[in-house]
Amino acid sequence: MIPDGYKKGTLDMWDWIKIVVLGVVALFAAVAANFARDLAYQVHALIVMAVAAGMFIWTVRQVGENKQPVIDTGYNDGVIRYGVIATVFWGLAGFLVGTFIAFQLAYPSLNFEFLQGYGNFGRLRPLHTSAVIFAFGGNALIATSFYIVQRTSAVRLWGGNLPWFVFWGYNLFIVLAATGYLLGATQSKEYAEPEWYVDLWLTIVWVAYLLVFLGTILKRKEPHIYVANWFFLSFIITVAMLHIVNNLVIPVSFFGARSVQVMAGVQDAMTQWWYGHNAVGFFLTAGFLGMMYYFVPKQAERPVYSYKLSIIHFWALIFLYIWAGPHHLHYTALPDWASTLGMVFSIILWMPSWGGMINGLMTLSGAWDKIRTDPIIRMMVISLGFYGMSTFEGPMMSIRAVNSLSHYTDWTIGHVHSGALGWNGMITFGALYFLTPRLWGRQSLYSLKLVSWHFWLATIGIVLYASSMWVTGIMEGLMWREVDANGFLVNTFADTVAAKFPMYVVRGLGGVLYLGGALIMAYNLWMTAFSKRVPSARSAAIATAAE
Amino acid sequence: MSKHDDKKEVETTGHSWDGIEEYNNPLPRWWVWVFYATIVWGIGYTIAYPAWPGLRSATAGILGFSTRAQVQEQIDAVDAANAAMVSELESVDLATLADHPELNGFAENMGAAVFRANCVQCHGSGAAGAKGYPNLLDDDWIWGGRIEEIAFTVTNGIRNEQSMDTRGYGGVMPSFDGVLSHEEITNVASYVQLLAGEATDEAAAAEGEDIFLDNCASCHGEEGQGSLATTREFEDPEYATASDEMTGAPRLNDKVWLYGGDLATLEETILNGRGGVMPAWLEDYRPASGLTQAEVNAVAAYVHQLGGGQ
Repeated sequence: MIPDGYKKGTLDMWDWIKIVVLGVVALFAAVAANFARDLAYQVHALIVMAVAAGMFIWTVRQVGENKQPVIDTGYNDGVIRYGVIATVFWGLAGFLVGTFIAFQLAYPSLNFEFLQGYGNFGRLRPLHTSAVIFAFGGNALIATSFYIVQRTSAVRLWGGNLPWFVFWGYNLFIVLAATGYLLGATQSKEYAEPEWYVDLWLTIVWVAYLLVFLGTILKRKEPHIYVANWFFLSFIITVAMLHIVNNLVIPVSFFGARSVQVMAGVQDAMTQWWYGHNAVGFFLTAGFLGMMYYFVPKQAERPVYSYKLSIIHFWALIFLYIWAGPHHLHYTALPDWASTLGMVFSIILWMPSWGGMINGLMTLSGAWDKIRTDPIIRMMVISLGFYGMSTFEGPMMSIRAVNSLSHYTDWTIGHVHSGALGWNGMITFGALYFLTPRLWGRQSLYSLKLVSWHFWLATIGIVLYASSMWVTGIMEGLMWREVDANGFLVNTFADTVAAKFPMYVVRGLGGVLYLGGALIMAYNLWMTAFSKRVPSARSAAIATAAE
Repeated sequence: MSKHDDKKEVETTGHSWDGIEEYNNPLPRWWVWVFYATIVWGIGYTIAYPAWPGLRSATAGILGFSTRAQVQEQIDAVDAANAAMVSELESVDLATLADHPELNGFAENMGAAVFRANCVQCHGSGAAGAKGYPNLLDDDWIWGGRIEEIAFTVTNGIRNEQSMDTRGYGGVMPSFDGVLSHEEITNVASYVQLLAGEATDEAAAAEGEDIFLDNCASCHGEEGQGSLATTREFEDPEYATASDEMTGAPRLNDKVWLYGGDLATLEETILNGRGGVMPAWLEDYRPASGLTQAEVNAVAAYVHQLGGGQ
């Protein structure tokens, strides 16, 4: 008997294709696991086999079942709910690993003997950076871009189940990358550590992401494309380009994790920092500006300050950012002309970067009182503050003379963390607080007071982190170049390490506070979504309907 | 969203996305002017400095700046200022260095810098050594503690394949695996502890004495006094530099240990043998990263004055 609203189970063409593809993938992964030349590859082949086999069995069992037709009216919010959960989960994991490795640097004995080869600093460091940038940041970007592009285009996400493929495919990429680091599979390129087959998989997922996003924009019901979507689109396209060019490698074996870079020497270094700097520029800046351009006006309930500014700073930002990479290679084998151009473009980039901050902060004019009453707005304001600070600090550090002091020191670490914890972290937290009640149909957050606690813990944590790294970075830079009257070095490298110890402890404490704030957020969001104490939006007149 | 109370006279663009509107505010003037200023500065800077690439080469910039030249200038300035001292140091008779206070002070400063850059990785930034790497602060010298001997050791290194004059070449402590039984190894290790004055199992040590005399005394001496360098009187005018005169067998009748004086480490040493290596540092033997003669002399002077120089 077929229940109402269900259609009779049939075995259509699409099911056949899925079953065949999944079966072949599972079989091939089993063969690959058997012939694997290293442990990381073997574990990855087994993971892929398990996923493909599980989906194969599930698909076969679905065959002939009566199907509920897909409701393709309204917004596709299911995938965004998963994205929010994944963002919080990976955020906590990334902050935890970061805090642990901060203490490993302060207390090297935390590189436990029984963890050697898996849990020592060298293995955990890329785990931390990838977890916070790609797992936490990436899931946040995918979830918020899916949410925003639907609302601002007034249509459902394009591509049927493709958004689900993007979400699960991206998270499979993260699992493969993370387990690879622990097992030693890395191509030793900062922020691009995953090996060739993981890179190939990400390429497929990313193209699907681009298709979903572009498809949704193309079928939009609004006459114009909203500014947030310009930023998201530039982020998706540029990251695809960067990812492919920086990961041009030749695998050593089809059944092994190792690969050889196509480019060598300074060309390889330049490509790596063209990638690395634009990962910051397009992943952590353009993408998150897209987030900012939606959530700040929504939460403030104010129009965006200046349309003109958004156009000019968007085009200036994406044009200039792509040339700034060489400033990572001052005083190296890189030719001076490239180094000069990297520095000049970085400095001209200052104002275009600040355009986003001005537009965000000025959107709040007329609603400044909300900083007092709304901790979510406060979070967004401080994130814009840190955004402005790091986009000033960045151009300054790109100046050759400044860089000759700051390069290779902890100043760089302080700089990226004031950007990452302050700007990316805080704007994401603001977005999560905005999204959760709406996605789970709740009237409000479980507790605004806890948001306030999160705000202060995170802010103090960032201040401890950034200021300790500024102090220790400038100190070690000065110690490295300190010479006596005859021009002889005064300090050994180990002297600088010893001198940095107290600041390393302070940095670790900053991490503990930031992690503590995030744990409070996780609890608050969990209670918002799943506790019976928060009234559902349906049970009362919906506040958001008035908007 | 539609009910914002506008104090400004600015219009919105008329667009609305999910309730978000946009004001048509002009660009902030200061923002525009700073943006222009950075562009103008950027054009000027790229004229002054090497910047624009062509097909074969890039513009050199009217200031003629290059990072390599900048670094070279700074190095040259220091080299020029120190040239006289360095050339004196290069040819000085090290035994008389202490008679030239100014040169001696210069050598110690220079040697400290050489030591910090090249030696600390093994001997520690305070020169206190580490397991397998001798402490340079005490007066327990394996290869001689006179300044010339230190310079010789730095020049030629120990048990390496770079210098023909390397110290202790072929003279490693052999493995006694298969030569002595496990019990014999324990006994002789206990005897070594007894020689050093460490607490030990006296019965086992008594058993070990003959084993020591048969197997160890040829290098370490019957009383465990070690090889030539460690026993030589301070006043002894003769000092040796040839590798065959010193085996590098450390003195055992003191509590200074190169690898460790606990029973387990001593047993490990006897079972597997030891043969520490130090590279030959003179640039003749390490063309890319070696030290000049003046630097060798300087670091010898620095190590010599650390506390244990003879």
